[in-house]
Amino acid sequence: MKAARLARRNVLHRPLETGLSVLLLAFGVGIISLMLLMQRSLTEDLDRNIKDIDLVLGAKGSPLQLILANVYHVDVPTGNISLAEARKVMRHPYISEAIPLAYGDNYELFRIVGTEPSYPAHYSAEVDDGRMFEAPFEVVVGQEVAAATGLALGDTFFSAHGLTDGTDVHRDKAYTVVGTFARTGSVIDQLILTPIASVWGVHEEVEGADEEITAVLLKKKNPLAILTLPNLLRDTPMQVALPAIEMNRLTQQFGIGIQTLRAVALLIMGLSFVSVFIALFASLRDRRYELALLRTMGATPRRLFSLVLYEGLWMTAAGIVAGLLLSRLGVMLLGQVLSDRFHYDVTQLAPVAGEIVLVAAALMVGAVAAGIPARSALRIDISNTLGQGR
Amino acid sequence: MLKTEGLHYRYEGSESELAFPDLRLEKGKELLLLGASGTGKTTLLHLVAGMRTPTAGSVELAGQAFSTLGTADRDRTRGRHMGIVFQTAHFVRSLTVGENLGLARSLAGCPDDEQVIAGLLEDLGLAHKLHAKVDALSVGEQQRVSIARAVAHGPGLILADEPTSALDDANTDAVLSLLRKQAERTGAALLIVTHDQRLKDRMTDHVELNLHP
Repeated sequence: MKAARLARRNVLHRPLETGLSVLLLAFGVGIISLMLLMQRSLTEDLDRNIKDIDLVLGAKGSPLQLILANVYHVDVPTGNISLAEARKVMRHPYISEAIPLAYGDNYELFRIVGTEPSYPAHYSAEVDDGRMFEAPFEVVVGQEVAAATGLALGDTFFSAHGLTDGTDVHRDKAYTVVGTFARTGSVIDQLILTPIASVWGVHEEVEGADEEITAVLLKKKNPLAILTLPNLLRDTPMQVALPAIEMNRLTQQFGIGIQTLRAVALLIMGLSFVSVFIALFASLRDRRYELALLRTMGATPRRLFSLVLYEGLWMTAAGIVAGLLLSRLGVMLLGQVLSDRFHYDVTQLAPVAGEIVLVAAALMVGAVAAGIPARSALRIDISNTLGQGR
Repeated sequence: MLKTEGLHYRYEGSESELAFPDLRLEKGKELLLLGASGTGKTTLLHLVAGMRTPTAGSVELAGQAFSTLGTADRDRTRGRHMGIVFQTAHFVRSLTVGENLGLARSLAGCPDDEQVIAGLLEDLGLAHKLHAKVDALSVGEQQRVSIARAVAHGPGLILADEPTSALDDANTDAVLSLLRKQAERTGAALLIVTHDQRLKDRMTDHVELNLHP
């Protein structure tokens, strides 16, 4: 019988001790792996949505809120700005591209955003079915919206006022779906896009002084834009915010929580290794006769060493596998919650690079935790153990 | 099969040294080592089995030097050529009866053979215990299984430490004949160490150990 097989039988023979060690390790590994998976989803998601947007122009207020509302579409907007005022910035020589956004209402909590075709183009969103919106009250819906609401080409619907509930429905103007976007993996999937004029509630686009928009996504031509624009806007009700910097600040604030969680997870993992160590040590004390017996039956000391080492590695491996499965389960649950509440898809189950390091480190520490009891198996005195007196 | 010469052993921290008579045991023969407690019976058995290293003297097994081998080599040689029945039966508790016997065979380098194991258990009236956990055996069954394990790999020498001391006359006869039968089957030499005077009349050849000063 191979040492690895005997080790597995021995480990399974002590279900409680083994269970505790495996459970602790599963939770430690699970939490860390869950954090790695979420971190990947979030950073990928955040980066994908920032995509070359250097500045966001909007009403004064929290710059982070401005970014969250207009780049990620998760927070409420800071307020509206005058299109005429905004045009001054949009036509600034330091700016190469400007995409206006005007928040309208919602349909079944999916946001209706007034904009220009350059907005979906920025995220390389292509119309899958139908055509791009042209006239007011024509909309093109994102994949997620289409899937969740069942809106399809040719459908009409009424919007509900605001962004957060569907109680106050405008009955006067119906929107018509003229197309759906192919999946992009960006915010476009979650949005209903329409010409800005629909948001203003008029059928003809007219240039007027009281036309308002919510924000403008800007791409700079000259790096000086970042320095000059804030000065230019000092005495206006407008501001520009830098998505990269705001998101950096946000993740740093997340960071404290993440570090605490990571510390707790490492502590649990540490405990699990102590538990593997104690489980093996205690079981060796109970099994002194067994080990001595194995020697009399022809097992060399080195073989006993590998037997005990295998027992530790079995427990470690079971804990790691359980932990990785646990974190996948966690991602699926969290993904469900996040997609229900924020229409955000974070469900990516493929292994992260950090997990390879995690698994390797856990196996190594597990080997060390098992190695110390295993060494004591090397030194066992078979004659004294089996002799029962002289 | 077995030859010892001038075996001496001194326990750590002990003043006196134990000296043992020379033993000679041919293949297929049997020998009884008789001695009261304190005469170093078990010590001699452990010296013969290579579980202790003698302070002087030597053990030869099947014509080869045994007591001078390194620890690991002694373990391997013991596993291959000897089968030991200990005073108290010990098993690998996570394995079934059959697997314990299989383990003895595989550690001795014998191929897996369910037939041999099943046949052996059949012989000892334990055929129905093949898949039983060792913890579920009665004391008497445990002793029979430990005899089965000692012979499962067809060793040249069977060592038994006090196999009968806790048994009544009828069971003493039964265990002795069991050991003899198994030794006969494989042509092994049988060495029994005991203080049980009843065995003296039942066995042809014996060596008495005297109390050391």
